[in-house]
Amino acid sequence: MEYAGKIFLILLSSILINNFILSRFLGICPFLGVSKRVETALGMGAAVTFVMAMASVLTYLVQYLILEPLEIAYLQTIAFILVIAALVQFVEMVIQKTSPSLYKALGVYLPLITTNCAVLGVAIINIQEGFDLLETLINGIGGAVGFTLAIVLFAGVRERLELADIPKPLKGFPIALITAGLMSVAFLGFQGLIR
Amino acid sequence: MKLSRIFINGLLNENPTFRLVLGMCPTLALTTAAINGVGMGLATTFVLVGSNLFVSLLKGFVPSKIRIPAFVVVIATFVTIVGMLMEGFFPEIYKSLGIYIPLIVVNCIIMARAEAFAFKNKPLASIVDGLAMGFGFTLALLLLGSIRELLGAGTIFGIKVTPIAFEPAVIMILPPGAFFTLGLLLALLNKLTDRASKGSK
Repeated sequence: MEYAGKIFLILLSSILINNFILSRFLGICPFLGVSKRVETALGMGAAVTFVMAMASVLTYLVQYLILEPLEIAYLQTIAFILVIAALVQFVEMVIQKTSPSLYKALGVYLPLITTNCAVLGVAIINIQEGFDLLETLINGIGGAVGFTLAIVLFAGVRERLELADIPKPLKGFPIALITAGLMSVAFLGFQGLIR
Repeated sequence: MKLSRIFINGLLNENPTFRLVLGMCPTLALTTAAINGVGMGLATTFVLVGSNLFVSLLKGFVPSKIRIPAFVVVIATFVTIVGMLMEGFFPEIYKSLGIYIPLIVVNCIIMARAEAFAFKNKPLASIVDGLAMGFGFTLALLLLGSIRELLGAGTIFGIKVTPIAFEPAVIMILPPGAFFTLGLLLALLNKLTDRASKGSK
């Protein structure tokens, strides 16, 4: 029962309280780049969720079955990023076969999931927090859901911003960043969810 | 290209933070205090110079198809090295930078410079480009960190410089402050460069 409580807490924390984009600043580049339309944002979110879930599990296995028994834990960064790069390559091939329209919509941002801080970030956080396999998976999924939530909300706002009359210096990144800041303030309110 | 022009380019025209808008994650996360920004900037500069140099040296040997994984391995190696150096020689900064040190490996700036510059240029030019981009990044982080620290805690590099009556705006050192500061700085820079280009007409 207590374990279920812990799982729920991890989920709540990774989606809302320590939202990967708006609190931890992991995944900002795709956040600012991809989120101009809600459908693209959803597709990106789905791809990232799959990658983060699988990456969490795979890096967990690599850490505890290979790196630590062989006492090469200092190679964590290199090992993890190679695992993630291979995984993203694989996901890219799968999407190309199953949904060519989504593949075209995501464009260059799909291979860029490799350099998405959120994927490598969640892998490292899982190890730092000492999660077991299930907790790792939940944290990975939760983080990705939080990421998706943030970019979909942001895309919705940006779609409307396109039609607004924005002063010239603020057009593009500045107004996007200020919008993100306001969303971040809103999400600060979730801090009160836990004692 | 002349080396001095490459250097100025990295600092100003193609400043990675303000012009290319790359490497946003550490920029927003680590500018809660000026010293953190400088620490991260210098660590990233180390990795940039090292990876640019090695990528440039590998120019003739690595087939184009597998260049990206090759870059990744080179960058990850340098990140591991800088992490160990920081843990050994600067443990306090290592602790405040935390998870963002291994995350240097996915800092878009390094991959972008390897792909756009180092793989097509000579080693010396690549070193200069790495230094320039790194310093440009460090200066940007220093600027952002100073503003946020000053307004959010009333200190600069840990030294209290504001009068007692000044109540710091804590939100500046919280996540929203990062977004607002960077957004407004970018807007200000846009305005200034607009005026400069209009003035020269």
